[in-house]
Amino acid sequence: MTQKFRLENGGLINRDKKLSFKFNGKKYYGYEGDTLASALIANGVHLVGRSFKYHRPRGFFGAGVDEPYAIVQLYRNNETEPNIKATEQELFEGLEAKSVNCWPSVNFDIGAINNFLKIFLPAGFYYKTFMWPKSFWYRVYEPFIRKAAGLGVASTKHDKERYEHKYEYCDLLIAGSGPSGLASAYAAAKNGARVILAEDKPRFGGSLLTSDVNIGNQSGEDWANSIISELKEMPNVVVKNRSQVFGYYDHNMLVMSEKVSDHLPKTKKYHPKQRLWYIRAKEVLISSGSIERPLVFGNNDTPGVMLSSAAKEYLKVYGVLVGKNPLVFTNNDSGYETAIEFKKNGVNPIILDSRVNPQSEIIDEAINLGIKIKFSHVVVAAQGYKKVSSADIAKISDDKKQLGTLENIKCDCICVSGFWTPTIHLASQSGNKTKFKEEIDAFVPGTSKQKETTLGAANGIFTLEETLKDSFIAGQDLSKKITNNDNKISFPNVVEKKSSQHDKFWCVPLPKGKSYKRFLDFQNDVAVSDIEIALKEGYRSIEHVKRYTTLGMATDQGKTSNLNGLQLVSDIENKVVPAVGHTTFRPPYTPISIGAIVGREVGQHSKPTRKSPMHSWHEKNNAVFVDAGVWLRPRYYQQGSETLFEASKREAKNVRTNVGVCDVTTLGKIDIKGPDAAELLNRVYTNAWLKLPVGKARYGVMLREDGIVMDDGTTTRISENHYHMTTTTAQAANVLSHLEYYLQLVWPELNVNVVSTTEQWAGAAIAGPKSRKLLEKLLPNNDVSNEGLPFMGYMESELFGVKARIFRISFSGELAYEVNVESNNGQFMWEKIIELGQEFQVQPYGTEALSTLRIEMGHVAGSELDGRTISYDTSLEGLISKKKDFIGKRSLNREAFTSSDRQKIVGVVPLDKKTSIPEGSHLVKDAQAPLPNKKLGHISASCWSVEHDNPFSLAILKDGKNMIGEKLFVMSPLKNKVIPVEIVSSHYVDPKGERVRS
Amino acid sequence: MLHIKCPHCGMRSQNEFSYGGDASVKRPELNKEISDEEWDNFVYNRKSLRGKHLELWQHLSGCRQWIKVERDTATHEIFNTYKADEEIS
Repeated sequence: MTQKFRLENGGLINRDKKLSFKFNGKKYYGYEGDTLASALIANGVHLVGRSFKYHRPRGFFGAGVDEPYAIVQLYRNNETEPNIKATEQELFEGLEAKSVNCWPSVNFDIGAINNFLKIFLPAGFYYKTFMWPKSFWYRVYEPFIRKAAGLGVASTKHDKERYEHKYEYCDLLIAGSGPSGLASAYAAAKNGARVILAEDKPRFGGSLLTSDVNIGNQSGEDWANSIISELKEMPNVVVKNRSQVFGYYDHNMLVMSEKVSDHLPKTKKYHPKQRLWYIRAKEVLISSGSIERPLVFGNNDTPGVMLSSAAKEYLKVYGVLVGKNPLVFTNNDSGYETAIEFKKNGVNPIILDSRVNPQSEIIDEAINLGIKIKFSHVVVAAQGYKKVSSADIAKISDDKKQLGTLENIKCDCICVSGFWTPTIHLASQSGNKTKFKEEIDAFVPGTSKQKETTLGAANGIFTLEETLKDSFIAGQDLSKKITNNDNKISFPNVVEKKSSQHDKFWCVPLPKGKSYKRFLDFQNDVAVSDIEIALKEGYRSIEHVKRYTTLGMATDQGKTSNLNGLQLVSDIENKVVPAVGHTTFRPPYTPISIGAIVGREVGQHSKPTRKSPMHSWHEKNNAVFVDAGVWLRPRYYQQGSETLFEASKREAKNVRTNVGVCDVTTLGKIDIKGPDAAELLNRVYTNAWLKLPVGKARYGVMLREDGIVMDDGTTTRISENHYHMTTTTAQAANVLSHLEYYLQLVWPELNVNVVSTTEQWAGAAIAGPKSRKLLEKLLPNNDVSNEGLPFMGYMESELFGVKARIFRISFSGELAYEVNVESNNGQFMWEKIIELGQEFQVQPYGTEALSTLRIEMGHVAGSELDGRTISYDTSLEGLISKKKDFIGKRSLNREAFTSSDRQKIVGVVPLDKKTSIPEGSHLVKDAQAPLPNKKLGHISASCWSVEHDNPFSLAILKDGKNMIGEKLFVMSPLKNKVIPVEIVSSHYVDPKGERVRS
Repeated sequence: MLHIKCPHCGMRSQNEFSYGGDASVKRPELNKEISDEEWDNFVYNRKSLRGKHLELWQHLSGCRQWIKVERDTATHEIFNTYKADEEIS
């Protein structure tokens, strides 16, 4: 198939490299440097999709980021991606794309029946219609709407592409590489400032690529190219194309998305697909230009109706004609520039100008070229269904209210220009309160809020000379403040044609007896009549009108529709536009892929993984790991085909009968030093600490100021002014911050230092009746008898030449020790324990067995210390000192904490001694009671007691103290279980605690 | 993302810090008899100010020092930052 709409020559494409691509299954050709849109238009394809609501045919409206129509599903390297703008997607060999929102095909779309039902689908239709009956929503309405709507399909496969994040600092960030961006970047760079210049398109230069101007005796394009090549050579400048600055956040931080590989058939090895830049800039120059405004008339959404600037861009950049019989409909001089380009390329356009008798250099040029111009004329309606075939035009009265006789003229495209809307999104996101500029009928940035300066068209300045002058000065002045250099640059000579005033006219009235849809929002199908209905129904605030009609709420965020919507509301309400105000601009400026936002923090990289020094041993010995915070801990060590349940039972049983060893490296460890260390502990823990002797450990509980238990653990006095604190794995970081808070802010007079040593020590808990025998083998030169190393004792020793700390503490309730060595020696220690423990049947045990052991012993852990319980609830009230004050003590006399039926920890055993009790279940008095059945407590932890060989759970139960012996029911609606249970003591094994002292 | 000047380390991004609440709250002295109301005010009651606010931040992924930051809660403007023990005039 030939490219019938491609010019013989011209454009910035590489005609030496022909590329093939497929659209809706059909093969076409384009050139390197094309976008999917320009290549399709070159092939005469104008039907690319269906509209969101009425499924009306959709073509191309723009040539870049503002495109509301041409959204496609892209297929690239066996992956698929929705929400791709054909006007932005660069062509590559083998590209495949499909239309969205149409079924079965874009040419014959069943949903188009909505177009004939449109009288029934006005604004708010969905809100009003799909309300009753309620049950219909899930069964009928939602499936129907879901099938009918949507702008593409997200891939369900894992995204194998790589996305990167980059943090960057610069003096000046310049968003947009049009005339203002280039001039300011050049001036600032010459002053030695660190500059980042970002351009969202592949080519630098912005409007210079398409406008007929002369700068310093060069064409606009040549001037842009020479500036860019000079900037690229400068070490203080980063120049990035395909990079969209999409968000302006607090303290001058901007985020930019760089499409590194999207223009290639396949991402190169080790390259990212996209890169997100977090840029902290000292100054921000917004040179984002402007977007042409549509004119509103009947059927103005028909394929072939497009912005005149887009038609010019297709022609000048891609060498493509959007039509061979064009009609240009304009209210300002920009339409003439497009018409002149058509004429220069041998095509005869007709210009309809709503103005009465405008005069300017550009208009004179058009007249001299012999272009047919009709002043005071408008397009009343486009005709044609899948493509414009003709237009109904008419003369319009000077007050723009009366239409003359309709005349039908043949045309194959209508290029519209309703003047220009500055792109103020970034300025507005920075917090800048925008102001309405009467001369251009649009909003421009007001006073700078952060360090932002808006230049050129984005600031409502539409002449090249003024833009360049402002931008050179801004670049120079802002960089001078930062670098103190003052390198003056001479302004180049600028030649441009002068324009005349635009017409304050944008919406063509309906002719008598006609009810054409006149669209404002082309992506969400919002027409003039929808806004009228919303206002009639009483919506006044522009924010409400927006949400009710969905004006500007599509993925293009109303880049081409917002201002026309505002104009309409202000016209109907008889207000001026600034009184109506505009809706809030929020980042991102344009859709950003989820992959880019997530970056490399996916899968295993979603958070750092911490491993103990013994990790590789666990791996070699069939450990099955579990996430414990950011740590990986062995859950159990599988033997043969054992299940988790079987393995944990075996491991726990072995601790109770022989000896087990558990990796406890993950426990938080804090080193505390200083003459006031004991005083600090005395204030932080609920029990007394001043008299703890050197070489002894003590168990302590710390509270928050509101009286809730924060954490527990043992702290050992290593020497006179040196303590070793342990915390739970989960609370390690919080406890350190907590101590630092009190030391730095509340009691700075305490002479104490704290530092985390969690990673410095590897820890192994050796537990079980044979643990002392094993320890004797490990430390043959030490006295580890009950007298030499009593319960809660501590000694320093050498483990085969390795410095070791030995603590006689127990979490399992058995006779137990904890051995700490420097992390590097962790594996050595572990292997020695296993080796020497063989004769005592030592087995490693994981977190599951650890839980079993502590639960049947009634030792509390994170599931009881859940941020809702106080010392009493967890039977730790014995550790509350009456004699001294401590953090949180004053809260303990709160009424709820002291009530006589306060909740308390209890043990729970199923009456049948068989049924396992699901964690999180509720305890109730009567299983048959009507809902809501009053909850008396909840199951905090469950295990299979290896000591009693039946299920056992811990629960936090109301009035738990007086409930021992009661029969209750456990209810788990989630697991659909009702289990009759008996309440017992939480100390199910060795209630007197004799084993740990044996 | 805020840009906070740590008085010990210099300008750093917000993600190195953690927020610590109102800096004007003073913990009652230990062992001092105080009313329920005073304690209640210390533990729970905070003003939700719009405007200038002196607040605590900890430079968690940096020097680990608690610092005081004077910030406008509406605009996020940071007027000044102080060390924990610095006198604020």
